[in-house]
This record gives sequence, structure tokens and C-alpha cells, in this order.
Amino acid sequence: MSEFLQQLVNGVTWGSVYALIALGYTMVYGILRLINFAHGDVYMLGAFFGFFAARFLNAARDPSPFKALLVLLSAMVACGIIGIVMERAAYKPVRRSSRLAALITAIGVSLLLENGGILLFGPDPKFFPQIIPARNIALGMGVTISNQQILILSVSLVLMFALRFIVLHTRTGKAMQAVSYNPMAAALMGISVDRIVTFTFMLGSMLAAAAGVLVALQNPKIEPLMGIMPGLKAFVAAVLGGIGNIPGAVLGGLVMGIAEVLVVGYVSPTYRDAIAFVLLIVILLVRPAGILGRNVAEKV
Amino acid sequence: MLEVRDLDVYYGAIHALKGVSVRAESGEIVTLIGANGAGKTTLLRTISGLVPSRAGRITFEGRDITKMPAHEIVGLGISQAPEGRMVFANLTAEVNLELGAYLRRDRAGILEDRERVYTLFPRLKERRRQSAGTLSGGEQQLLPIGRALLWRPRLVLLDEPSLGLAPLLVREIFRTIHQINRGGVTVLLVEQNAHMALSIASRGYVLETGHVRLEDRASALLENPEVKSAYLGG
Ligand SMILES: Nc1ncnc2c1ncn2[C@@H]1O[C@H](COP(=O)(O)OP(=O)(O)OP(=O)(O)O)[C@@H](O)[C@H]1O
Ligand SMILES: [Mg+2]
Repeated sequence: MSEFLQQLVNGVTWGSVYALIALGYTMVYGILRLINFAHGDVYMLGAFFGFFAARFLNAARDPSPFKALLVLLSAMVACGIIGIVMERAAYKPVRRSSRLAALITAIGVSLLLENGGILLFGPDPKFFPQIIPARNIALGMGVTISNQQILILSVSLVLMFALRFIVLHTRTGKAMQAVSYNPMAAALMGISVDRIVTFTFMLGSMLAAAAGVLVALQNPKIEPLMGIMPGLKAFVAAVLGGIGNIPGAVLGGLVMGIAEVLVVGYVSPTYRDAIAFVLLIVILLVRPAGILGRNVAEKV
Repeated sequence: MLEVRDLDVYYGAIHALKGVSVRAESGEIVTLIGANGAGKTTLLRTISGLVPSRAGRITFEGRDITKMPAHEIVGLGISQAPEGRMVFANLTAEVNLELGAYLRRDRAGILEDRERVYTLFPRLKERRRQSAGTLSGGEQQLLPIGRALLWRPRLVLLDEPSLGLAPLLVREIFRTIHQINRGGVTVLLVEQNAHMALSIASRGYVLETGHVRLEDRASALLENPEVKSAYLGG
């Protein structure tokens, strides 16, 4: 029992990371019906930007929670800018073209970021400084949680609530919902669809950056291809929850994290990555619209 | 105020508007009537910048808006209540209305105008917390009109606002249009209900397969034998 609870704690922690990444997939899909395959690479860039910020702040030798926060924020800002540039330079020019063109563009951007990363950062792994030294806290019943896990959980939670507030209660968030439902009708309200699309990319990239930094705090080894697997899994998480659906992305992320940890714990660590694809196949067979998605034919 | 000159619009190979010229003077109600597929919706969409034109010119208060993006045209004071209950079904009725005032920053004025819309359409007030997709068809149809009003436009384009509504509500809609117009808003009204439309309009156009077939004072069109037989059911 205590082992199961322990797995659950670990699974929810990973799940909240997947959720943060999945939110970016789902928001962009909600607005453009586009899968931004480069999104996992933005997560990687987040980890690297965090790494450089930490180095700049000399956070390894002289760690402090304030510096950790600064590292997180600078990675988010840098990736937010990357998101804006990515949308403007790569996706906007093909927005009126076929979906295939957009898909190929997405794959191209992804390759560009991965190989650009190898070129700039080198192919060898780098090690993220220990800004927050690990400490285990007993929760009772033999279950422990590390302070880093607590950090991952709480930062994810804060970011998710911030996103929820933006989408539901701000003028721009309402405009996002309007554009996602019907861009033409939204333009008739005076909403600049272009600006909303760019804003969405920025938000999603900022969340992915946060995920990158949070993971690197716990698993310090970072390298330019580190975004591929988490990116894929987060994409599956978004589909699982119902792509385009924001609460669905969070739910899908949690399901993914828990499933993965349980498979590692009770079946075999070999299947750690395979479970994502099993889940993808199952959901596509059983409920293609996703857990929270509405089962309707795609609107035109 | 609004001048459309020799407008040519294509959807791929389909030539939807063939040299259409239409104008509206400040303070007028101008109506566009015509059979299904004549190009009425296309004309309104082109004015609003949703559909590009291949040739011709659209000016609003002396300014060329032919190539302006849709959201900027709204910014100049042209609002459209589009055809077919184009509501944001995922948002509440109230947020739908609020989005009409997206470009406004005067919170107090917006609330005041929203109350005004609620007074015009009390049903919307009762249903304001409901998501727009769950409103009845007729209630949904009130939303685009209310939204268009919340922007305090100088020119409002209405695409078949009375379509599919019960007669009582149709009269309500027309009374509202009249009222809006008396508040100083110029109205370009597309209607199937030609009789009602011509009775509140000052001038009218008859569109036929992408051409302006007739153009006259509304009272004259009401008496025109051709219009009578084709659009007024007698
Ligand atoms: N998106 C589109 N793609 C291709 N053709 C279109 C499109 N929209 C309209 N058309 C065509 O353009 C012509 C004019 O259509 P439009 O919608 O402007 O007519 P309308 O006068 O508004 O008709 P209704 O009274 O039925 O609303 C029609 O022949 C229609 O089939
Ligand atoms: Mg029409």
C-alpha cells in the first residue's frame, strides 16, 4: 500500500510536468487546429535557458530560492519570445495553406530547434546546477516526497491557476476562446486574430519552459534532444484529455504521469515509454475525442 | 458615409459579385433584398473585410477600407451582425455581449449599453449566465444584434436579423432597428422580409445573381410591379 501511494506521489509529480507541456499543445490546437511538433523542443530550450540563467546568476555556488525563481522566470520569458518568433516566422506564413504544409512546417521547426541546439549547446549533456539541494520529507505511511517534487507540484499548480484565470477572466482570454470557436466571428468583434494566435504561442511556450526548468532541477542532465520524448508524451496526454480542451490537458497529463510510474513500478521499466503509445491507441479506439472532449465531428 | 463602387468578388471560380455599387448616407436605413444566392451576404462580408475583393473600392467616411483587415474595420465604427446565429456557443450569453465591446475601454459605458440591450431584449437578461449554444434559435439570433450594438457603431450591417423568428419577435426586431437608427446609427439591412425592410428603409437595392438589378427610394420599390411580384408576394 505504501509503495502504491509512493508511486502515486511520483506519478502526480511527473503528471503535472506533462500537463504543463500538454497545455501548450492543446491551446495552439484549439486556436489553429495545428499540432506544434516543435513544442517539446521549446521545453528543451527552457531547460537550457534556465541553465544559462543559473550560470549567469552563479546559482550553483550560491543557491537561493530567489535565484531559483529568477531562473524560472528568465527561462519563461526567453521561451515566450521564442514562441512569438516561431509563430511569426514559421507558422504565420503557412496559416492559409493546407494542413499538410503546416504539419511539415512544424516538423521542420522541430528539427531546426533540435539541430540548432546541438550546434549551439553541443551534443553532450550539460548538468543543471543544484539550485535547490534535494531533501526528502516523510509524509507518513512510508511515503516520502522531496522538496523538489513539492516545488514542481506547487509551481505547476500556480501556473495552471494563472492560466485558468487568464483564459476565463481576462479580455484577452475571452478573445482566445472566441477565436478558438470561430475566428471569422471573432474578427467581427474587432479582435485581431493574428495577435491572439501569437499570444497563445507565447503562453504555451512559457509553460513548456517552466516544465523544462522544473524537471532539470530534479534530473539535472540536459541535452538538445531531451524534449522529444516528453514532448511526444505530453502530446499524447493532450489527446487523452481531449485536444483543444484545457482542463483535459491537465487531466491527460496526470493520467499519463501516473500510468507511466505504475508501469515502471509494477510491470517493467522497459515499458516506460511504450505506455504512452498504448494509451494513445486505446483512447483513439475507445473515445477518439478524448476523456473530456466532446464527441463531435470536427467543425469547419 | 459608405460607398461601394464596382465591386467584384470571387469564391474560387464562382463570380459572386459582378460590379456591385451601393452607398449609404449618414443616418439612413438602406436595405438590400434579393433571392437566395444573390450575393447579399457576400457584399456585407466584403465590406467587413472578411472576404477579399478582386476589383472595386469600398470607402467609409472618405477612407479607403477595401484592403483593410476585418478587425481594423470594426475599429472604424462598422459593426456586423452576421447571418445564421454566429454566436460563440462555448461562451455565456453575457460574455458574447461583452465581446461586442471588445474594443471599448470605458467600463461604465459598456455596462450602461449592456443594460440597454437587456432592456431591448429581456430574454437575454434572463439567460445571461447560460452558454450561448443552449439558447433557443430565436434567442441566439438576438445576440449578434446586441453585440453589434455594444460597440456603438456608426454603421451597422445586419444580415437577415429576422430570419426564422416568430412574427411577434420579428416586429420587435424591426422596432429595435428603427430605434437604433434614430439614435444616429446608419443601417445597412439585408432582409428576406422585403415588405418590412422596405417599410422602415429610406432606400433599397435589389440584388440579382451578383448584380444590382434595381435601386430606388424604398417607397418606390414597394410600389414597383417587378418587386411586388418577385419579393412581396403579389
Ligand atoms: N464560401 C463560399 N465558397 C464558395 N461559394 C460561396 C461561398 N459563399 C457564398 N458562395 C456563393 O456565392 C453566391 C452568393 O452567396 P451569398 O451567401 O452572398 O448569397 P445571399 O444573397 O446572402 O443568399 P441568402 O439569401 O441565401 O443568404 C452563392 O452562389 C453562393 O453559393
Ligand atoms: Mg445570405
